[in-house]
Amino acid sequence: MKLFEARHLSCAELSDLSFSLSASELVCLSGPSGAGKTLMLRSLADLDVNDGSVYLQGVQRERISPTEWRRQVGYLPAESRWWAETVGEHFPRLQADILSQLGFEDEVMGWQAERLSSGERQRLALARLLSNQPRVLLLDEPTANLDPVNIQRLERLVTDYLRRYQAACLWVTHARDQIERIASRVLTLDTHGLAGPVTGPEETPA
Amino acid sequence: MIHLSVFDLSFAALLVVALALTSARIYPGLARQLLFAALRTAIQLTLIGLVLKALFANSHLLWVGLLSLLMLAVAGREVMTRQHRRFAGRWGYGIGVVSMFISSFTVALFALIVLVGNEPWYQPQYAIPLLGMLLGNTMNGIALALDRLTESAWQQRDVIEARLMLGYAASEAVSGIRQQVFRSGLIPIINAMAAAGIVSLPGMMTGQILAGIEPVEAVKYQILIMFLIAGGAGFGTLAAVHLAVGRLFDERQRLRLDRLQR
Repeated sequence: MKLFEARHLSCAELSDLSFSLSASELVCLSGPSGAGKTLMLRSLADLDVNDGSVYLQGVQRERISPTEWRRQVGYLPAESRWWAETVGEHFPRLQADILSQLGFEDEVMGWQAERLSSGERQRLALARLLSNQPRVLLLDEPTANLDPVNIQRLERLVTDYLRRYQAACLWVTHARDQIERIASRVLTLDTHGLAGPVTGPEETPA
Repeated sequence: MIHLSVFDLSFAALLVVALALTSARIYPGLARQLLFAALRTAIQLTLIGLVLKALFANSHLLWVGLLSLLMLAVAGREVMTRQHRRFAGRWGYGIGVVSMFISSFTVALFALIVLVGNEPWYQPQYAIPLLGMLLGNTMNGIALALDRLTESAWQQRDVIEARLMLGYAASEAVSGIRQQVFRSGLIPIINAMAAAGIVSLPGMMTGQILAGIEPVEAVKYQILIMFLIAGGAGFGTLAAVHLAVGRLFDERQRLRLDRLQR
């Protein structure tokens, strides 16, 4: 049984995508812009109307409440949104270890959300997502606005997280060097659909 | 009671004409709109006067019911046309009509049967004006609330979806918007109640006093009407916002702005 599996996923502009992710796997997704990578992630998080079956640990999506599904299948959009005054109001609980791995002190929780730089927003958005402890991460170009030091911090945080929680990650990126550093597999999405090894190694039952 | 002649009314109409002539230089389109609206007032009110006269002479539940439904249908259209982005299909009209029906008709029935207690309860002299005032105010509240709801959802769609992505329920994702919207629907009647008698003399009461009713009696009716309007507009807005929020999301709690049209 795969940790996460999509069969014949289709939405407005995508048709018939099938792939799976195994526990602890980090799969990079690349492809020309406009091919629908963001749409694919949105459909997997069940934010857009879509067809097909998606399974988490063998359980079909429709059998899990939408709120629980989105906590388990965490989607990080390229642009994060902050609606409350302070950073802390956006977090369900404090995650000091995650914050420190991203280079923040606890006091960041009192910062004004409006005054965050784009790099800080991006790192804190990931921390906010991880505080739900999702089993599957769908990350849409999570390091696009970061300097090399922070890119490295974020990559290490995600790979640590995947190992610790036996989680899986689909990571949209175009950077060759990044793919070489982090990917256990690479999928490409273009107008013809998904290409690459669509399934990972078999999992041994725990 | 002093009867008004056609001459008196024409003289009052001169005031509107003078305003139109003056404003024509600043904004010609507005002057035309003003005259057209004034003309509509004269024609529509004359017609409803004749209808009521006929109805009073012939008070039958069927006729009262038919006129009520006609008023509801027109109010529903008005709510729909005031939406900048409205729900596509039947929902655009349905949400307004259903919530006005639930609130205005229930409150009107309650007032007629329990409070006024006339025999028969549907006596048009009471039923129609009461329902008219309720519908008018409920319509304003609902139209305002729905317009703000759809517009805010459109403008803040990224924030709403950002919350959904983090596992918020649809109702939590729009809780701030819903609060603001509900407030905007209720503020007119709250302001009217707060200012009544000090800043403004309500139109209905003024009308009754001009028509020779004893002031304290007129005041009692006005208080009754204010409370009924508060109830009708409040519950109507609540129902409309509830239905509209339900329609903004689907069974998987996805934000469905594709259900709106301009």
